[in-house]
Amino acid sequence: MSSLSRDDVARLAQLARIQMSEEELVALSSEFTVILEAVARVQEVATADVLPTSHPLPLRNVFRPDVITPSLTPQEALSGAPASEDQRFRVPQILGEDA
Amino acid sequence: MIRKSAHEMAAALAAGEITSLALTQAHFDRIADTDKEVHAFLYLDHEGALAQAAGVDAKRAKGEKLFPLAGVPLALKDVMTQKGIPTTCGSKILEGWRPPYDSTVVINLKKNDVIILGKTNMDEFAMGSSTENSAYGPTHNPWDLSRIPGGSGGGSSAALAAFQAPLAIGTDTGGSIRQPAAVTGTVGVKPTYGGVSRYGLVAFSSSLDQAGPCARTVLDAALLHEAIAGHDVRDATSINAPVPAVVNAAKSGDVKGMKIGVVKELNGAGYQAGVRERFEESLELLAKAGAEIVEVSCPNFEYALAAYYLIAPSECSSNLARFDAMRYGIRVGDNASASAESVMNLTREVGFGREVKRRIILGTYALSSGYYDAYYGSAQKVRTLITQDFTKAFTRADVLVSPTCPTTAFKIGEKANDPLAMYLNDIATIPVNMAGIGGMSVPAGLAKEDGLPTGFQIMAPAMQDQRMYSVGAALEAALLLQWGAPLLSRAPALGGSK
Repeated sequence: MSSLSRDDVARLAQLARIQMSEEELVALSSEFTVILEAVARVQEVATADVLPTSHPLPLRNVFRPDVITPSLTPQEALSGAPASEDQRFRVPQILGEDA
Repeated sequence: MIRKSAHEMAAALAAGEITSLALTQAHFDRIADTDKEVHAFLYLDHEGALAQAAGVDAKRAKGEKLFPLAGVPLALKDVMTQKGIPTTCGSKILEGWRPPYDSTVVINLKKNDVIILGKTNMDEFAMGSSTENSAYGPTHNPWDLSRIPGGSGGGSSAALAAFQAPLAIGTDTGGSIRQPAAVTGTVGVKPTYGGVSRYGLVAFSSSLDQAGPCARTVLDAALLHEAIAGHDVRDATSINAPVPAVVNAAKSGDVKGMKIGVVKELNGAGYQAGVRERFEESLELLAKAGAEIVEVSCPNFEYALAAYYLIAPSECSSNLARFDAMRYGIRVGDNASASAESVMNLTREVGFGREVKRRIILGTYALSSGYYDAYYGSAQKVRTLITQDFTKAFTRADVLVSPTCPTTAFKIGEKANDPLAMYLNDIATIPVNMAGIGGMSVPAGLAKEDGLPTGFQIMAPAMQDQRMYSVGAALEAALLLQWGAPLLSRAPALGGSK
Protein backbone atom coordinates (compact mmCIF):
# COMPACT_ATOMS: atom_id res chain seq x y z
CA MET A 1 0.00 0.00 0.00
CA SER A 2 2.40 2.64 -1.19
CA SER A 3 0.40 4.63 -3.67
CA LEU A 4 -2.39 7.14 -3.68
CA SER A 5 -4.91 7.52 -6.46
CA ARG A 6 -6.20 10.84 -7.71
CA ASP A 7 -9.40 10.18 -5.72
CA ASP A 8 -7.41 9.43 -2.54
CA VAL A 9 -5.63 12.77 -2.86
CA ALA A 10 -8.95 14.52 -3.50
CA ARG A 11 -10.36 13.02 -0.29
CA LEU A 12 -7.28 14.07 1.73
CA ALA A 13 -7.41 17.58 0.24
CA GLN A 14 -11.03 17.81 1.34
CA LEU A 15 -10.08 16.71 4.87
CA ALA A 16 -7.26 19.28 4.90
CA ARG A 17 -9.62 21.99 3.56
CA ILE A 18 -7.60 22.75 0.45
CA GLN A 19 -9.30 23.26 -2.90
CA MET A 20 -7.24 21.58 -5.63
CA SER A 21 -7.25 21.71 -9.39
CA GLU A 22 -7.43 18.52 -11.43
CA GLU A 23 -3.84 19.08 -12.56
CA GLU A 24 -2.65 19.36 -8.94
CA LEU A 25 -4.52 16.23 -7.85
CA VAL A 26 -2.98 14.16 -10.60
CA ALA A 27 0.52 15.52 -10.06
CA LEU A 28 0.39 14.97 -6.31
CA SER A 29 -0.87 11.42 -6.63
CA SER A 30 2.08 10.48 -8.85
CA GLU A 31 4.55 12.24 -6.52
CA PHE A 32 3.12 10.44 -3.51
CA THR A 33 3.81 7.05 -5.04
CA VAL A 34 7.52 7.87 -4.95
CA ILE A 35 7.46 9.64 -1.58
CA LEU A 36 5.43 6.94 0.20
CA GLU A 37 7.73 4.24 -1.05
CA ALA A 38 10.68 6.15 0.47
CA VAL A 39 9.06 6.91 3.83
CA ALA A 40 7.61 3.41 4.21
CA ARG A 41 11.16 2.30 5.03
CA VAL A 42 10.46 3.22 8.67
CA GLN A 43 8.47 -0.02 8.88
CA GLU A 44 11.65 -2.09 8.43
CA VAL A 45 12.91 -1.30 11.94
CA ALA A 46 9.76 -0.21 13.79
CA THR A 47 9.22 -3.50 15.56
CA ALA A 48 6.70 -4.10 18.34
CA ASP A 49 9.32 -3.96 21.11
CA VAL A 50 10.33 -0.34 20.32
CA LEU A 51 8.50 2.37 22.23
CA PRO A 52 7.44 5.46 20.25
CA THR A 53 8.90 8.92 20.95
CA SER A 54 6.55 11.84 20.37
CA HIS A 55 8.76 14.53 21.85
CA PRO A 56 12.47 14.96 22.68
CA LEU A 57 11.86 16.14 26.25
CA PRO A 58 10.35 13.88 28.92
CA LEU A 59 8.05 16.65 30.16
CA ARG A 60 4.61 16.31 31.63
CA ASN A 61 2.20 18.74 33.22
CA VAL A 62 4.19 21.94 32.93
CA PHE A 63 2.49 24.58 35.04
CA ARG A 64 2.92 28.29 35.49
CA PRO A 65 1.37 30.53 38.12
CA ASP A 66 -2.29 31.20 37.45
CA VAL A 67 -2.08 34.97 37.52
CA ILE A 68 -3.41 37.58 35.16
CA THR A 69 -0.71 39.17 33.02
CA PRO A 70 -0.98 41.93 30.41
CA SER A 71 -2.59 40.68 27.22
CA LEU A 72 -3.72 41.94 23.84
CA THR A 73 -6.45 44.57 23.68
CA PRO A 74 -9.49 43.64 21.55
CA GLN A 75 -8.24 46.09 18.91
CA GLU A 76 -4.84 44.39 18.82
CA ALA A 77 -6.36 40.93 18.70
CA LEU A 78 -8.58 41.93 15.80
CA SER A 79 -5.90 43.93 13.99
CA GLY A 80 -5.06 41.15 11.53
CA ALA A 81 -8.59 39.88 10.97
CA PRO A 82 -9.86 39.77 7.39
CA ALA A 83 -13.18 41.13 8.74
CA SER A 84 -14.42 42.17 12.16
CA GLU A 85 -17.52 43.68 13.71
CA ASP A 86 -18.43 44.78 17.26
CA GLN A 87 -15.11 43.59 18.73
CA ARG A 88 -15.58 40.16 17.17
CA PHE A 89 -14.14 38.23 14.24
CA ARG A 90 -16.64 38.35 11.39
CA VAL A 91 -16.77 35.00 9.60
CA PRO A 92 -18.70 33.65 6.60
CA GLN A 93 -21.87 31.69 7.35
CA ILE A 94 -21.28 28.47 9.25
CA LEU A 95 -24.90 27.40 9.64
CA GLY A 96 -26.85 26.07 6.70
CA GLU A 97 -23.87 24.25 5.25
CA ASP A 98 -24.49 20.87 3.77
CA ALA A 99 -24.27 18.18 6.41
CA MET B 1 33.37 48.11 9.17
CA ILE B 2 30.57 45.97 7.68
CA ARG B 3 33.07 43.20 6.91
CA LYS B 4 34.12 42.88 10.53
CA SER B 5 32.71 40.34 12.93
CA ALA B 6 29.90 41.25 15.34
CA HIS B 7 32.24 41.19 18.34
CA GLU B 8 34.66 43.51 16.55
CA MET B 9 31.78 45.86 15.76
CA ALA B 10 30.71 45.69 19.41
CA ALA B 11 34.24 46.59 20.51
CA ALA B 12 34.34 49.54 18.09
CA LEU B 13 30.99 50.74 19.43
CA ALA B 14 32.19 50.42 23.02
CA ALA B 15 35.38 52.31 22.20
CA GLY B 16 33.39 55.13 20.61
CA GLU B 17 34.99 54.59 17.19
CA ILE B 18 31.59 54.38 15.54
CA THR B 19 27.98 54.97 16.55
CA SER B 20 25.27 52.38 16.26
CA LEU B 21 23.38 54.81 14.05
CA ALA B 22 26.28 54.99 11.56
CA LEU B 23 26.80 51.22 11.73
CA THR B 24 23.12 50.53 11.11
CA GLN B 25 23.00 53.02 8.23
CA ALA B 26 26.13 51.42 6.72
CA HIS B 27 24.32 48.07 6.68
CA PHE B 28 21.21 49.58 5.10
CA ASP B 29 23.48 51.12 2.44
CA ARG B 30 25.06 47.73 1.79
CA ILE B 31 21.62 46.12 1.54
CA ALA B 32 20.45 48.80 -0.90
CA ASP B 33 23.57 48.11 -2.93
CA THR B 34 23.40 44.33 -3.03
CA ASP B 35 19.90 43.05 -2.34
CA LYS B 36 18.68 43.41 -5.92
CA GLU B 37 21.12 40.60 -6.67
CA VAL B 38 20.78 38.57 -3.47
CA HIS B 39 17.16 39.11 -2.36
CA ALA B 40 17.86 38.18 1.26
CA PHE B 41 15.28 40.52 2.76
CA LEU B 42 11.49 40.56 2.54
CA TYR B 43 11.09 43.67 4.67
CA LEU B 44 13.38 46.44 5.93
CA ASP B 45 12.48 48.42 9.03
CA HIS B 46 14.58 51.55 8.38
CA GLU B 47 12.66 53.74 10.77
CA GLY B 48 12.50 51.27 13.66
CA ALA B 49 16.11 50.13 13.35
CA LEU B 50 17.55 53.64 13.13
CA ALA B 51 15.44 54.78 16.10
CA GLN B 52 16.60 51.74 18.07
CA ALA B 53 20.23 52.52 17.14
CA ALA B 54 19.90 56.16 18.18
CA GLY B 55 18.47 54.96 21.50
CA VAL B 56 21.47 52.69 22.12
CA ASP B 57 23.86 55.52 21.26
CA ALA B 58 22.08 57.76 23.76
CA LYS B 59 22.33 55.10 26.49
CA ARG B 60 26.01 54.67 25.77
CA ALA B 61 26.62 58.42 25.85
CA LYS B 62 25.06 58.49 29.32
CA GLY B 63 27.53 55.83 30.44
CA GLU B 64 24.92 53.10 30.97
CA LYS B 65 26.21 49.56 31.24
CA LEU B 66 25.25 47.76 28.03
CA PHE B 67 24.99 44.15 26.88
CA PRO B 68 27.87 42.73 24.77
CA LEU B 69 26.05 43.03 21.42
CA ALA B 70 24.37 46.38 22.10
CA GLY B 71 24.10 48.42 18.92
CA VAL B 72 25.05 45.61 16.54
CA PRO B 73 22.61 44.99 13.64
CA LEU B 74 20.83 41.69 12.99
CA ALA B 75 18.62 40.11 10.31
CA LEU B 76 15.53 38.27 11.55
CA LYS B 77 14.06 35.24 9.78
CA ASP B 78 10.51 36.04 8.72
CA VAL B 79 9.08 33.18 10.79
CA MET B 80 9.53 35.15 14.05
CA THR B 81 6.89 37.62 15.10
CA GLN B 82 7.92 41.21 15.71
CA LYS B 83 5.20 43.57 16.85
CA GLY B 84 3.90 45.75 14.04
CA ILE B 85 6.37 44.39 11.49
CA PRO B 86 5.05 42.30 8.56
CA THR B 87 5.59 38.59 9.19
CA THR B 88 4.85 36.36 6.22
CA CYS B 89 6.79 33.12 6.80
CA GLY B 90 7.44 33.31 3.05
CA SER B 91 3.76 32.57 2.46
CA LYS B 92 1.01 34.38 0.54
CA ILE B 93 -1.47 33.33 3.20
CA LEU B 94 0.07 35.75 5.73
CA GLU B 95 0.65 38.58 3.26
CA GLY B 96 0.12 41.91 4.99
CA TRP B 97 -0.14 40.46 8.51
CA ARG B 98 1.46 42.60 11.19
CA PRO B 99 1.62 40.59 14.42
CA PRO B 100 0.32 42.35 17.54
CA TYR B 101 3.07 40.87 19.73
CA ASP B 102 6.81 40.19 19.92
CA SER B 103 8.24 36.67 19.98
CA THR B 104 10.39 35.90 23.03
CA VAL B 105 13.48 35.89 20.79
CA VAL B 106 12.62 39.44 19.67
CA ILE B 107 11.94 40.52 23.27
CA ASN B 108 15.40 39.20 24.20
CA LEU B 109 17.06 40.88 21.21
CA LYS B 110 15.47 44.22 22.13
CA LYS B 111 16.48 43.78 25.76
CA ASN B 112 20.06 43.21 24.56
CA ASP B 113 19.82 46.32 22.34
CA VAL B 114 20.53 44.30 19.20
CA ILE B 115 19.32 46.32 16.19
CA ILE B 116 16.75 44.49 14.04
CA LEU B 117 17.25 45.57 10.42
CA GLY B 118 14.40 43.61 8.89
CA LYS B 119 12.95 40.23 7.99
CA THR B 120 14.70 37.65 5.85
CA ASN B 121 13.42 35.39 3.10
CA MET B 122 12.72 31.70 3.68
CA ASP B 123 11.05 28.65 2.23
CA GLU B 124 7.32 28.94 2.90
CA PHE B 125 6.68 28.04 6.56
CA ALA B 126 10.30 26.80 6.70
CA MET B 127 9.54 23.85 4.42
CA GLY B 128 12.44 23.45 2.06
CA SER B 129 16.20 23.34 1.64
CA SER B 130 16.75 26.04 -0.94
CA THR B 131 14.54 29.11 -0.23
CA GLU B 132 13.00 28.47 -3.66
CA ASN B 133 9.68 27.71 -1.97
CA SER B 134 9.22 31.33 -0.86
CA ALA B 135 6.09 32.92 -2.30
CA TYR B 136 8.20 36.05 -2.75
CA GLY B 137 10.87 34.61 -5.05
CA PRO B 138 14.17 32.87 -4.33
CA THR B 139 17.24 34.18 -2.53
CA HIS B 140 20.57 33.91 -4.33
CA ASN B 141 23.80 32.57 -2.87
CA PRO B 142 26.38 35.40 -2.64
CA TRP B 143 29.11 32.92 -3.67
CA ASP B 144 27.36 32.27 -6.98
CA LEU B 145 24.11 34.06 -7.70
CA SER B 146 22.84 31.21 -9.87
CA ARG B 147 22.89 28.91 -6.83
CA ILE B 148 20.67 28.39 -3.78
CA PRO B 149 21.69 29.84 -0.38
CA GLY B 150 20.30 26.79 1.43
CA GLY B 151 17.00 26.64 3.20
CA SER B 152 14.77 27.20 4.80
CA GLY B 153 16.81 30.06 6.28
CA GLY B 154 18.48 31.10 3.01
CA GLY B 155 17.71 34.78 3.55
CA SER B 156 19.53 34.83 6.86
CA SER B 157 22.60 32.93 5.58
CA ALA B 158 22.81 35.02 2.41
CA ALA B 159 22.54 38.27 4.41
CA LEU B 160 25.56 37.19 6.47
CA ALA B 161 27.61 36.08 3.48
CA ALA B 162 26.78 39.29 1.58
CA PHE B 163 27.84 41.45 4.58
CA GLN B 164 24.33 42.85 4.86
CA ALA B 165 24.25 41.93 8.56
CA PRO B 166 26.82 40.42 10.95
CA LEU B 167 24.19 38.44 12.87
CA ALA B 168 20.97 36.66 12.00
CA ILE B 169 18.29 34.51 13.57
CA GLY B 170 17.37 31.19 12.00
CA THR B 171 15.11 28.28 12.88
CA ASP B 172 16.01 24.65 12.40
CA THR B 173 13.46 21.84 12.06
CA GLY B 174 15.57 19.44 10.00
CA GLY B 175 18.64 21.54 9.17
CA SER B 176 17.29 24.97 8.22
CA ILE B 177 20.02 26.80 10.16
CA ARG B 178 22.94 24.43 9.53
CA GLN B 179 22.52 23.61 5.83
CA PRO B 180 22.25 27.30 4.78
CA ALA B 181 25.33 28.03 6.93
CA ALA B 182 27.25 25.22 5.21
CA VAL B 183 26.51 26.32 1.66
CA THR B 184 27.25 30.01 2.30
CA GLY B 185 30.45 29.64 4.35
CA THR B 186 28.86 30.95 7.55
CA VAL B 187 28.25 29.62 11.08
CA GLY B 188 24.87 28.30 12.18
CA VAL B 189 23.78 26.74 15.45
CA LYS B 190 20.71 24.73 16.34
CA PRO B 191 20.71 24.78 20.15
CA THR B 192 19.39 21.92 22.27
CA TYR B 193 15.60 21.64 21.83
CA GLY B 194 14.04 23.84 24.51
CA GLY B 195 17.16 25.99 24.84
CA VAL B 196 15.60 28.96 23.05
CA SER B 197 11.91 29.79 23.47
CA ARG B 198 9.54 28.98 20.62
CA TYR B 199 7.00 31.59 21.72
CA GLY B 200 6.27 33.69 18.64
CA LEU B 201 8.02 31.28 16.29
CA VAL B 202 5.31 30.37 13.79
CA ALA B 203 5.11 26.59 14.22
CA PHE B 204 5.96 24.11 11.47
CA SER B 205 6.75 20.93 13.43
CA SER B 206 6.55 21.72 17.12
CA SER B 207 8.55 18.77 18.45
CA LEU B 208 11.44 19.56 16.06
CA ASP B 209 11.47 23.37 15.62
CA GLN B 210 14.27 25.27 17.34
CA ALA B 211 15.45 28.86 16.86
CA GLY B 212 19.15 29.62 16.96
CA PRO B 213 21.98 32.01 16.12
CA CYS B 214 23.59 32.55 12.70
CA ALA B 215 26.82 34.53 12.30
CA ARG B 216 30.15 34.75 10.49
CA THR B 217 32.26 33.58 13.44
CA VAL B 218 31.83 31.03 16.21
CA LEU B 219 32.24 33.64 18.94
CA ASP B 220 29.58 35.86 17.35
CA ALA B 221 27.17 32.92 17.29
CA ALA B 222 27.93 32.26 20.98
CA LEU B 223 27.27 35.87 21.96
CA LEU B 224 23.95 35.80 20.11
CA HIS B 225 23.13 32.39 21.58
CA GLU B 226 23.48 33.73 25.12
CA ALA B 227 21.41 36.79 24.22
CA ILE B 228 18.38 34.80 23.01
CA ALA B 229 18.48 31.61 25.13
CA GLY B 230 16.94 30.84 28.49
CA HIS B 231 13.80 29.60 30.19
CA ASP B 232 10.45 31.11 29.18
CA VAL B 233 7.18 30.41 30.97
CA ARG B 234 5.32 31.09 27.72
CA ASP B 235 6.86 28.03 26.07
CA ALA B 236 5.94 24.89 28.01
CA THR B 237 8.78 22.98 26.32
CA SER B 238 11.42 25.54 27.31
CA ILE B 239 14.14 24.02 29.52
CA ASN B 240 14.31 25.46 33.02
CA ALA B 241 18.09 25.28 33.50
CA PRO B 242 21.04 27.67 33.14
CA VAL B 243 22.11 28.49 29.57
CA PRO B 244 25.26 26.49 28.69
CA ALA B 245 28.42 28.64 28.91
CA VAL B 246 28.84 28.92 25.17
CA VAL B 247 30.72 32.25 25.09
CA ASN B 248 33.45 30.94 27.39
CA ALA B 249 33.75 27.81 25.25
CA ALA B 250 33.97 29.86 22.04
CA LYS B 251 36.66 32.08 23.56
CA SER B 252 38.82 29.21 24.79
CA GLY B 253 38.38 26.87 21.80
CA ASP B 254 40.11 24.16 23.79
CA VAL B 255 39.73 20.59 22.49
CA LYS B 256 42.71 18.97 24.25
CA GLY B 257 41.75 15.48 25.38
CA MET B 258 38.29 15.79 23.85
CA LYS B 259 36.94 12.74 22.09
CA ILE B 260 35.44 13.51 18.69
CA GLY B 261 33.30 10.76 17.16
CA VAL B 262 33.04 10.51 13.39
CA VAL B 263 29.65 9.08 12.46
CA LYS B 264 30.38 6.33 9.98
CA GLU B 265 26.91 6.48 8.40
CA LEU B 266 27.08 10.22 7.64
CA ASN B 267 29.86 10.10 5.10
CA GLY B 268 30.92 8.07 2.09
CA ALA B 269 28.55 7.19 -0.72
CA GLY B 270 26.42 10.10 -1.89
CA TYR B 271 28.76 12.73 -0.42
CA GLN B 272 30.60 14.96 -2.91
CA ALA B 273 34.36 14.29 -3.10
CA GLY B 274 35.31 17.89 -2.28
CA VAL B 275 33.00 17.88 0.74
CA ARG B 276 34.65 14.73 2.08
CA GLU B 277 38.11 16.07 1.42
CA ARG B 278 37.49 19.24 3.45
CA PHE B 279 35.90 17.14 6.20
CA GLU B 280 38.95 14.86 6.45
CA GLU B 281 41.23 17.89 6.53
CA SER B 282 39.19 19.40 9.39
CA LEU B 283 39.52 16.16 11.34
CA GLU B 284 43.30 16.28 10.95
CA LEU B 285 43.39 19.87 12.21
CA LEU B 286 41.31 18.96 15.26
CA ALA B 287 43.59 16.00 15.97
CA LYS B 288 46.58 18.36 15.76
CA ALA B 289 44.82 20.66 18.24
CA GLY B 290 44.77 17.81 20.73
CA ALA B 291 41.47 16.04 20.17
CA GLU B 292 41.19 12.29 19.90
CA ILE B 293 39.31 11.11 16.80
CA VAL B 294 37.24 7.93 17.12
CA GLU B 295 34.75 6.29 14.78
CA VAL B 296 31.20 5.63 15.95
CA SER B 297 28.31 3.85 14.29
CA CYS B 298 24.68 5.00 14.34
CA PRO B 299 22.97 2.32 12.23
CA ASN B 300 19.45 3.73 12.51
CA PHE B 301 20.38 7.12 11.03
CA GLU B 302 19.64 5.70 7.60
CA TYR B 303 15.96 5.71 8.57
CA ALA B 304 16.01 9.28 9.90
CA LEU B 305 15.06 10.93 6.62
CA ALA B 306 12.06 8.63 6.13
CA ALA B 307 10.89 9.19 9.70
CA TYR B 308 11.36 12.95 9.39
CA TYR B 309 9.21 13.12 6.26
CA LEU B 310 6.39 11.51 8.21
CA ILE B 311 6.74 13.32 11.54
CA ALA B 312 7.28 16.83 10.20
CA PRO B 313 4.38 16.69 7.69
CA SER B 314 2.12 15.15 10.34
CA GLU B 315 2.80 17.94 12.80
CA CYS B 316 2.58 20.55 10.04
CA SER B 317 -0.81 19.30 8.87
CA SER B 318 -2.07 20.01 12.37
CA ASN B 319 -0.16 23.27 12.99
CA LEU B 320 -1.14 24.84 9.68
CA ALA B 321 -4.83 24.18 10.31
CA ARG B 322 -4.76 27.55 12.09
CA PHE B 323 -4.58 29.31 8.72
CA ASP B 324 -8.32 29.20 8.21
CA ALA B 325 -8.97 32.74 6.86
CA MET B 326 -10.90 33.72 9.97
CA ARG B 327 -8.57 35.53 12.40
CA TYR B 328 -5.56 36.67 10.37
CA GLY B 329 -4.08 36.46 6.92
CA ILE B 330 -5.83 36.65 3.59
CA ARG B 331 -9.44 35.59 2.91
CA VAL B 332 -10.56 34.44 -0.53
CA GLY B 333 -14.05 33.88 -1.91
CA ASP B 334 -16.00 35.61 0.85
CA ASN B 335 -19.24 36.69 -0.78
CA ALA B 336 -22.59 36.85 0.91
CA SER B 337 -23.53 33.28 0.07
CA ALA B 338 -20.21 31.44 0.48
CA SER B 339 -19.90 29.10 3.46
CA ALA B 340 -17.01 29.31 5.91
CA GLU B 341 -15.78 25.97 4.67
CA SER B 342 -15.65 27.01 1.04
CA VAL B 343 -13.84 30.22 2.03
CA MET B 344 -11.29 28.10 3.92
CA ASN B 345 -10.83 25.77 0.95
CA LEU B 346 -10.35 28.61 -1.52
CA THR B 347 -8.08 30.63 0.78
CA ARG B 348 -5.82 27.67 1.46
CA GLU B 349 -5.69 26.84 -2.25
CA VAL B 350 -4.47 30.34 -3.12
CA GLY B 351 -2.49 31.00 0.06
CA PHE B 352 -0.33 27.90 0.26
CA GLY B 353 2.41 26.96 -2.21
CA ARG B 354 3.03 23.57 -3.73
CA GLU B 355 5.45 22.17 -1.12
CA VAL B 356 3.27 23.23 1.81
CA LYS B 357 0.24 21.55 0.24
CA ARG B 358 2.30 18.45 -0.48
CA ARG B 359 3.32 18.18 3.17
CA ILE B 360 -0.13 18.93 4.58
CA ILE B 361 -1.63 16.18 2.42
CA LEU B 362 1.18 13.75 3.29
CA GLY B 363 0.71 14.49 6.99
CA THR B 364 -3.05 14.16 6.76
CA TYR B 365 -2.53 10.75 5.19
CA ALA B 366 0.10 9.60 7.72
CA LEU B 367 -2.23 10.50 10.59
CA SER B 368 -5.39 9.09 9.06
CA SER B 369 -7.24 6.15 10.51
CA GLY B 370 -5.89 2.86 9.18
CA TYR B 371 -2.47 4.26 8.27
CA TYR B 372 -1.47 5.86 11.57
CA ASP B 373 0.41 2.84 12.96
CA ALA B 374 2.14 2.02 9.69
CA TYR B 375 3.39 5.54 9.09
CA TYR B 376 3.31 8.05 11.95
CA GLY B 377 3.54 5.35 14.64
CA SER B 378 6.48 3.66 12.93
CA ALA B 379 8.24 7.00 12.46
CA GLN B 380 7.93 7.67 16.19
CA LYS B 381 9.62 4.36 16.88
CA VAL B 382 12.45 5.26 14.55
CA ARG B 383 12.81 8.43 16.56
CA THR B 384 13.43 6.30 19.65
CA LEU B 385 16.04 4.23 17.80
CA ILE B 386 17.88 7.34 16.60
CA THR B 387 17.95 8.75 20.12
CA GLN B 388 19.34 5.43 21.36
CA ASP B 389 22.05 5.53 18.68
CA PHE B 390 23.07 8.99 19.90
CA THR B 391 23.05 7.94 23.56
CA LYS B 392 25.30 5.01 22.78
CA ALA B 393 27.64 7.07 20.61
CA PHE B 394 27.98 9.73 23.30
CA THR B 395 29.32 7.11 25.71
CA ARG B 396 32.32 6.85 23.37
CA ALA B 397 32.70 10.48 22.30
CA ASP B 398 32.11 13.98 23.73
CA VAL B 399 30.82 15.29 20.40
CA LEU B 400 29.93 13.70 17.08
CA VAL B 401 30.87 15.14 13.70
CA SER B 402 30.00 14.78 10.02
CA PRO B 403 29.84 16.90 6.88
CA THR B 404 26.83 19.22 7.32
CA CYS B 405 25.38 18.33 3.94
CA PRO B 406 26.35 15.95 1.19
CA THR B 407 26.99 18.55 -1.50
CA THR B 408 27.80 22.20 -2.03
CA ALA B 409 25.09 24.63 -3.14
CA PHE B 410 23.15 23.41 -6.16
CA LYS B 411 21.73 25.54 -8.97
CA ILE B 412 18.43 27.34 -8.49
CA GLY B 413 15.78 25.23 -10.21
CA GLU B 414 17.92 22.10 -10.33
CA LYS B 415 15.88 20.09 -7.82
CA ALA B 416 12.67 22.10 -7.80
CA ASN B 417 10.65 19.34 -9.48
CA ASP B 418 12.09 16.43 -7.56
CA PRO B 419 10.97 16.56 -3.92
CA LEU B 420 12.90 13.43 -2.92
CA ALA B 421 16.20 14.72 -4.30
CA MET B 422 15.59 17.96 -2.39
CA TYR B 423 14.84 16.07 0.84
CA LEU B 424 18.18 14.20 0.59
CA ASN B 425 19.99 17.45 1.35
CA ASP B 426 18.99 17.12 4.98
CA ILE B 427 20.26 13.59 5.44
CA ALA B 428 23.05 14.55 7.87
CA THR B 429 21.23 17.28 9.77
CA ILE B 430 17.90 15.56 10.55
CA PRO B 431 19.05 13.07 13.23
CA VAL B 432 19.91 15.99 15.55
CA ASN B 433 16.34 17.33 15.45
CA MET B 434 14.84 13.89 15.97
CA ALA B 435 16.79 13.52 19.23
CA GLY B 436 16.41 17.16 20.31
CA ILE B 437 20.15 17.63 20.79
CA GLY B 438 22.40 20.49 19.63
CA GLY B 439 24.05 20.83 16.21
CA MET B 440 26.39 23.40 14.67
CA SER B 441 27.81 24.00 11.21
CA VAL B 442 31.13 25.78 10.77
CA PRO B 443 32.83 26.57 7.44
CA ALA B 444 35.31 23.86 6.42
CA GLY B 445 36.68 25.52 3.31
CA LEU B 446 35.88 25.32 -0.39
CA ALA B 447 35.32 22.14 -2.39
CA LYS B 448 38.09 21.68 -4.92
CA GLU B 449 35.86 20.80 -7.87
CA ASP B 450 33.52 23.81 -7.72
CA GLY B 451 35.12 26.35 -5.37
CA LEU B 452 32.00 26.51 -3.19
CA PRO B 453 31.77 26.40 0.64
CA THR B 454 31.41 23.18 2.59
CA GLY B 455 30.28 22.74 6.20
CA PHE B 456 31.56 20.76 9.16
CA GLN B 457 28.80 19.62 11.51
CA ILE B 458 29.33 19.21 15.27
CA MET B 459 26.68 17.51 17.43
CA ALA B 460 26.58 17.55 21.25
CA PRO B 461 24.36 15.92 23.87
CA ALA B 462 21.34 17.85 25.15
CA MET B 463 22.30 20.98 27.13
CA GLN B 464 26.01 20.44 26.40
CA ASP B 465 25.95 23.08 23.66
CA GLN B 466 29.24 24.55 24.90
CA ARG B 467 31.07 21.49 23.55
CA MET B 468 30.08 22.40 19.98
CA TYR B 469 31.47 25.88 20.50
CA SER B 470 34.80 24.55 21.81
CA VAL B 471 35.23 22.34 18.77
CA GLY B 472 33.89 24.96 16.35
CA ALA B 473 36.24 27.62 17.69
CA ALA B 474 39.23 25.27 17.57
CA LEU B 475 38.53 24.35 13.96
CA GLU B 476 37.85 27.96 12.99
CA ALA B 477 41.19 29.08 14.49
CA ALA B 478 43.16 26.29 12.81
CA LEU B 479 41.58 26.97 9.43
CA LEU B 480 42.07 30.72 9.73
CA LEU B 481 45.77 30.11 10.30
CA GLN B 482 45.84 28.02 7.14
CA TRP B 483 43.79 30.44 5.02
CA GLY B 484 45.37 33.65 6.30
CA ALA B 485 41.99 35.44 6.05
CA PRO B 486 38.36 34.51 6.74
CA LEU B 487 36.76 32.29 4.09
CA LEU B 488 34.22 34.96 3.13
CA SER B 489 37.00 37.27 1.98
CA ARG B 490 37.21 34.93 -1.02
CA ALA B 491 33.54 35.36 -1.94
CA PRO B 492 32.84 37.51 -5.01
CA ALA B 493 32.31 41.22 -4.44
CA LEU B 494 28.71 42.24 -4.90
CA GLY B 495 27.00 45.52 -5.59
CA GLY B 496 27.81 48.16 -8.11
CA SER B 497 27.95 51.60 -6.62
CA LYS B 498 30.44 51.15 -3.76
